[in-house]
Parts: sequence; structure tokens; C-alpha cells
Amino acid sequence: MSKTPLQFRHNGRDVAIFVDGGTNLLVALRELIGDMTPKFGCGQGGCGACSVLIDGEIHLSCLTLAETAAGRSVETLDGMKQGPNLHPLQRAFADNFAAQCGYCTPGMLMAAKALLDRNPQPSRDEVVEAISGNICRCTGYESIINAILAAAGGRASA
Amino acid sequence: MLELRKDIFADERDDNLKEIGKGTQRQDMLGHITGTSSYFGDHKLQGMLHLKVVRSAQAHARLRRIDTTEAERSAGVRRIIRSADVPRNLNTLLSLINFGKDDEPSLAVDKVRYKGEPIVAIVADSEREAFEAIAKVRIDYEPLPTVFDVEEALKPGAPVVNETYPKNAFIYHDVHDHQKLRFGDADAALATADHVLEQRYQMSPIEHAPTETNGAIAAPDTNGRYVVYTSTQALFFSVDTCAKILDVPSNTFHFIGGTVGGGFGGKVDTLTEPLAILAAMLTGRPVRYVFGREEEMQYGPPRGAERIFIKDGVMRDGRIVARKIRAYFDSGAYTRLSSYAAVKCAAHLPGPYTIPNVHGDVYCVFTNRTPATAMRGFGVTAMDFAIECQMDKLANLVGMDPMEFRILNAYRDGDMKAHRREAKNTALIECVQVAAEKAKWPIREEFRRASSRKDGGGSRAVIPPTPADARARPAAPVQQRTSYDRLPPTVTREPPREPPPPTPPPSSPRPAAPSHGATRFSSVFGTRRR
Repeated sequence: MSKTPLQFRHNGRDVAIFVDGGTNLLVALRELIGDMTPKFGCGQGGCGACSVLIDGEIHLSCLTLAETAAGRSVETLDGMKQGPNLHPLQRAFADNFAAQCGYCTPGMLMAAKALLDRNPQPSRDEVVEAISGNICRCTGYESIINAILAAAGGRASA
Repeated sequence: MLELRKDIFADERDDNLKEIGKGTQRQDMLGHITGTSSYFGDHKLQGMLHLKVVRSAQAHARLRRIDTTEAERSAGVRRIIRSADVPRNLNTLLSLINFGKDDEPSLAVDKVRYKGEPIVAIVADSEREAFEAIAKVRIDYEPLPTVFDVEEALKPGAPVVNETYPKNAFIYHDVHDHQKLRFGDADAALATADHVLEQRYQMSPIEHAPTETNGAIAAPDTNGRYVVYTSTQALFFSVDTCAKILDVPSNTFHFIGGTVGGGFGGKVDTLTEPLAILAAMLTGRPVRYVFGREEEMQYGPPRGAERIFIKDGVMRDGRIVARKIRAYFDSGAYTRLSSYAAVKCAAHLPGPYTIPNVHGDVYCVFTNRTPATAMRGFGVTAMDFAIECQMDKLANLVGMDPMEFRILNAYRDGDMKAHRREAKNTALIECVQVAAEKAKWPIREEFRRASSRKDGGGSRAVIPPTPADARARPAAPVQQRTSYDRLPPTVTREPPREPPPPTPPPSSPRPAAPSHGATRFSSVFGTRRR
């Protein structure tokens, strides 16, 4: 099978890999680049565990052809920390006990970041909408919503 | 937000504790929020192969012929594993605690008993090549009659699902085909009750649907051992199960787990580790075996279905005087943990209520459905669903408020439970009172003043005369002991079991107090294997 060269920015760093035709972005990130923060949950776009940002917009990496990331900027949880310091969202997730098994957390954080980057003061409804594509089977939604609102600095009510 | 009602039972508690009663951070939180928590699937090993299984397309069939010649020639295939390659291809999970007979192969031998049962494993360079080879395996099935209904399965002449249990019911202590609870005379009380309500409840199987699917990676280590990264919820259980199936000492394995992407009971069955390790042994390479989402949903073990019949006798004043329950736990094709679920189910009767006459029969039944397993309170959850639905209906029947009806019938400290143990530290009344308060549900003053610590015991502590069942009981074997039981202090403390009486006596006296743990858990430990 012939491989296609692919270059994109991964958490602010230029990367170049060769991918098989049909390789999705999740496989490219995990197996070719070695960034294990996006998770495989369903491979069908149903759970959101593989969520990443492409040019600041939330995408399901399991349903995204790796080649479509060419020349674009891909952000994952691996790039969220600011140097040695936690991002305010990460701090808020910890303070609000917004992770249990932790498997949905990378996707949740990326969905939350996509929201706050464009809407720094969301309402509770907007937070709920923003994470509606992300499943938490430990059912910790309340804590997650509270954490995102806390990170936004407001405690907007429904 | 979390609210601790420390005003309730305050005098029973020491609040001057360092950790209990105070919030504390999870030790794995930093890993979770930075994405550095290491799940089994985050391990990437050099030269890793991928294992996938061929699953049965039939719910019940004899395997006439398994043709893998074309699959063996398929691109990227390294090894095909057949049932004969599994050193000890028959196991039951709870055999590790001497409970139940080996009844389930890792790879089907001559028969499949549920749709999706693994038949052959294929180890290939990539998942994709493993899938391509699976499509080339030819299996010649001879379909057998199926049974999917618990009551149908127990009828004479029903298809035998699992030959280890030819009557389609799990057998306790080598003789009992169900768990039985008798307390007082339920039939007599039902005959004199003001109202009798009989209902049927059915709960379906429920899939845990963890976000991370079941899986394991096994790799030869440099010291002759095998390192295994696994999603298991029961790591030491998995180690011993693998040692048994692969017939090697358990120190052959170095299991690494503990970071589980959601389990809820669905990751205790050790489904992927044995084949992953066997494949690593046979190929000398790291092997990854992970369920796809479809496999997880379709063939991952669910919470078992339960069918429950409840017949209650209730008086006009709201007192429940009799509860008669017949319940069927659908184990699917193999035991896994359902035998234990049925024990828990029987142990939960008649719910958290003081009822003077209780009669319970709980069956663990084999059908051609996906084997069931643990899930958050399994054995109890469905029974509670049935009992609480029944409580609402009974309250309606006698024209009582459902909250007050529960307080009236709730067990209290000092009451005798149907298992002939005194109820202690009960708290149902307080729970109902707080629930009513939170829901702004008005309850009358006398029910607001009720307490779990008042008005229990006395006549409610009496064990009523309990007639034996009409048919003679089969002789049970001598109580089994486990390796960790303490020896009884003297032989006289545990007299030998009396032979069953030739005719049923009108009532049996209060049984002797249990002398040690083995008696206490006697209903759990079935056949001793070794």
C-alpha cells in the first residue's frame, strides 16, 4: 500500500508522517506521532473520547481522515498545559472532581476549550450544548459542567 | 451538591476523624486531567501483533467443521489459535473460590451456546488483516434448538444449553437447583390477608458500555515471564484465572492494570487476557486483543435479565403480612458470576421491610443468551426495582401515601430479618423522611416522628413457626470449608447436620447460631473443586 506524506502542526510543533490511505487522524496521532491523549471509544463518532481541535474547532479524530489535517493546526490535551502549569480548565476539573475513570476527560477538556476559546462566559445551557457530543459513562456531567463554568469564572445558572 | 446529614444518628458516630467525612483529592486526578493516566491501550510495543476472534453466528449449534485453510494463507496472518491450543480450555470464574463447576471454554470446542461465542482466534500484523482473515474462516454449523426464556428453560424437555448443568439451572451444594428462603408461613398469611397483590416484573439485560472497551496487551518479558497490560477491574482474579487456563504458575505473569476506562462490573470476566497471553506464548511477540465497540455492546457480558413474581398479602391498615417471591436470574449460556447474583438476590429478600412471613425461591437459569456478569449491585438492583414498584402498588391498593406506607413497613433496629439475623443500624425510615423533605412531599406528623431506633424488636424479633416444604429435602453434603476459614474452636460447636426428617414437621425451631464464617456464607460456597 502506498503511503502519503503528511505535514501539520501538532500542539504548536511541526510534524511530518507517512500515512496509509484511509488512515484516520486518531490513529495518526496515537500510533504514528505517539500522542496517546485522544482516546478510542467507539470509532463511530458516538462518544467524543477522541475529540481534538483543528484550527480551534472541535473535531472527532476517529472520523477525520488524517490527510485533511494537512497544513492545519491540531491541538490535543497533550498541548493544553502552559509550560509546567495546568491550564485553568485542568485546574477547574481537578478542583471540581470532574473526572472519575478519566477516559472521557481528554475529549471533555478539548470540547470545553473549544467553547471557552470562542465564548469565555458561556451560560450553563451553552456548556451543556458544548459537551453534548461527549459521553461520560461514569455519569459525572454535573461536576464537569460545574468545572467548565468555574473555569469561565462565572457561576451562571440555568 | 453533596450534603452530609450529620444530625441523624450523630451520637453513633465519631466525627473527629482525619479522613472520613472530609473531601480529599483522587490520587489519579493529575493523570486524568493531563491525559497521562496510562490505560492498557496506551502501551505501544515493538512488533505488536493483533488478535481478533471468529465469533459464532448461531445461538446454539454443533460445530461440524472449522476450515481455516484460506484464512491461514491470508496476508499478515501469523497464527491461528484453535480450541485445542488452549492448555485448559474449561473454566468458571468463581472456581477460584471453590464455587461452581468449570463450564466455559475460552474457544468453543464442539458446540456454541450463544451468538458471538469465540470459536477461533486469529493473530495478524494488523487488526485489518485479522478482520480480513476472519472473513475467510468457514464454519459448518449444525443448528440446535434454542431457548431464550428462563421459565421455558426450566421446563422438562427444554434444550440443554450447557451440559455441565443439564437441567439449565445452576446447582448449589451439588443438590439444590435454586436458592430458597422460608420464614413463617406465607401461604397461611396470604389466605387471611385483606388484600393479595400478585405481579410479574421483567428487567432486560443492560450493557455497561464503558467508554474504554475490554482489552489486554500481553508481551514476552526478558525473564521468561509475560507482562500484561489490562483493562481488568479484578487484577488478581485475572492473574489466577489466566494461570489456571494456561496451566502455568501465576508468577509467570506481571499484570499491570488499575487504570480502567470505566468498568461498572463489565471488566471482571477475564475475557481478553488468556487469549492475548496464549498468542504471545505461541508467537513470541507482543499481542493486543481489544474488543471493538460492536463486540463490547453485542457480546460483552451484560447485567443479567431477571424475571420476578411477587405475591404480597397486605392488611387494610397497611401492614404487609406476607411476601412470596419467585425469581429467575438469566445467566445466559455460562455461569460467570450469576450463581452468586442469585445468592445476593435471595439474601436481599424481602427488601428493607419487616414482614413476618416470607417465602423466596431464586433460580440461576442457563439460556442461549450472552452470558451475564456483574454490574453495580447485580442480583439486588432488579429485585429492588420489582419490590419498590410493588410497594407503590400496595400503597395505592390500601389507599396510603407511598412514603408513609414505606415508613410503616420499614425494618427497625431489633427486628428479626427473614434470614434469622437481627436488624441493626437500620436507616430506611430516616432516608424516607429526608427524601420526603427534599421532595417537599408532605407526610403526617406520626411518620415524621418515626425512628429506626424506636418500636423495633419485641414481637417483631420473633422467628415465626416455619413449615418445611412438602417434598423431602435431598441430603446435602457436609458443609464445605475454604482454605481461609478459621477452624471452629471445638467440635461440639458445630454439630453434624441432622438427617432430613422423613415427614415434614409442622414447624421447625430456631436454628442454632452460626459458629463461624463458613456457616454464615454456606449458601455461597458450592462444590469444592480441589
